[in-house]
Amino acid sequence: MIKVEKLYKSFGKLDVLKDISTEIKKGEVVAIIGPSGSGKSTFLRCLNLLEVPTAGKIYIDGQDITAKDTDIMTIRQNVGMVFQHFHLFPHMTVLENMTYAPIKVKGVAKERAKASAMELLKRVGLAEKADVYPTKLSGGQKQRVAIARSLAMEPEALLFDEPTSALDPEMVKEVLDVMKSLAHTGITMAIVTHEMGFAREVADRILFLDQGRLLEDKTPSEFFSAPSSERAKQFLEKML
Amino acid sequence: MELNFDRIVPSIPYILEGIKVTLQYTLLSALLGFIWGTVLSLFKISSVKPLKWFGIAYTSIFRGTPLILQLTIVYFATPQLTGYQITALEAGVLAFSLNSAAYISETIRAGILAVDKGQREAAMALGVPYRRMMIDIILPQALKNILPALVNESIALLKESALVSTIGAADVLRRATIVGAEKYVYFEPLIVAGIIYYVLVMALTFGARLLERRLRRSD
Repeated sequence: MIKVEKLYKSFGKLDVLKDISTEIKKGEVVAIIGPSGSGKSTFLRCLNLLEVPTAGKIYIDGQDITAKDTDIMTIRQNVGMVFQHFHLFPHMTVLENMTYAPIKVKGVAKERAKASAMELLKRVGLAEKADVYPTKLSGGQKQRVAIARSLAMEPEALLFDEPTSALDPEMVKEVLDVMKSLAHTGITMAIVTHEMGFAREVADRILFLDQGRLLEDKTPSEFFSAPSSERAKQFLEKML
Repeated sequence: MELNFDRIVPSIPYILEGIKVTLQYTLLSALLGFIWGTVLSLFKISSVKPLKWFGIAYTSIFRGTPLILQLTIVYFATPQLTGYQITALEAGVLAFSLNSAAYISETIRAGILAVDKGQREAAMALGVPYRRMMIDIILPQALKNILPALVNESIALLKESALVSTIGAADVLRRATIVGAEKYVYFEPLIVAGIIYYVLVMALTFGARLLERRLRRSD
């Protein structure tokens, strides 16, 4: 579904990503981990072109999204993103947040958009919050709404950029639970996270990045029991 | 010192008539100035270099010269340059909106830049095109934050509209001076004009407060 070939990204003189190649299959859940500053978020943001790669190619469903003539808006409708700081639209209610893009971008009929938004809100356990404004929600609730908002576009893949890093510890679980239940629905997920337990339990594969390089690309059991690089070993010793 | 309001009482309705004229100039200029100012602010944050330069040069010129000069140029030079006999209303509204847009564009630009960058990214990630994103996501948040500054600008515009009395429009100030000249008393009609302007500004302030409260619903 997502194929990355020799991806490079630099900000001025700073090389953030170096020669990254990997593939994420349809329905796969991939956790991207690594020390801070390793380029994991930049890598994720390249996948929907929030960052434009310096070199290399990214294919989504066989289409080269780095090509000049690609309609990136259509790609983005199909690859949702969940941010560390939620970024809900503060001037819209929860329901409006969720129906805005389906109605205005995809052209879904209002009533239908509302109905499916309510379904999704039920799924994340927030049906009673449909008409409140985001400021009235806790961090965990905001993130669950943000996930539901992305799902409202019915994307094939969802990118998560440290979805629990800005949350109070007691709210982390409610968000991870929602993500776990999502993982079983067959949607493709790429998750940048520091939650090792979650990555081990839910991910099909672990990508380990350090200083812009992809050092490990393994199943969780291989990675956590026998990382091949010295850097991953050190990292795991500190984290676990 | 002797004040004699009795002598101008019959003329007060005549001065009050000027409110319509004053409001006409103010509201039209505020509306057009706001629209043009929004467009200019988008020029200024645009990545298209010529648009950006145009926006910057425009602001620099209209902020760098007196409003009364701009007004007189528009009123007296338009017939000379184009042969078109511009009316006082057209000249006034044109000059005021062009001038006000220069100030408003800076305010709106600041408002847009103050909206969290994440809002833009969230909209982009949902596949929302630039235009829609600006209209539905960014500008509503920007406007809410700069509403007090926009109210300031409208108040300034309301008071500056008195400049049209110099090109012969019968606004509140002009009528007050006419009454003064007719009755040989100046203090009383000018005080009446002052009170009218003050009441109008207060009404505007009050209306803005109601609007702001409504916009703060989501806080």
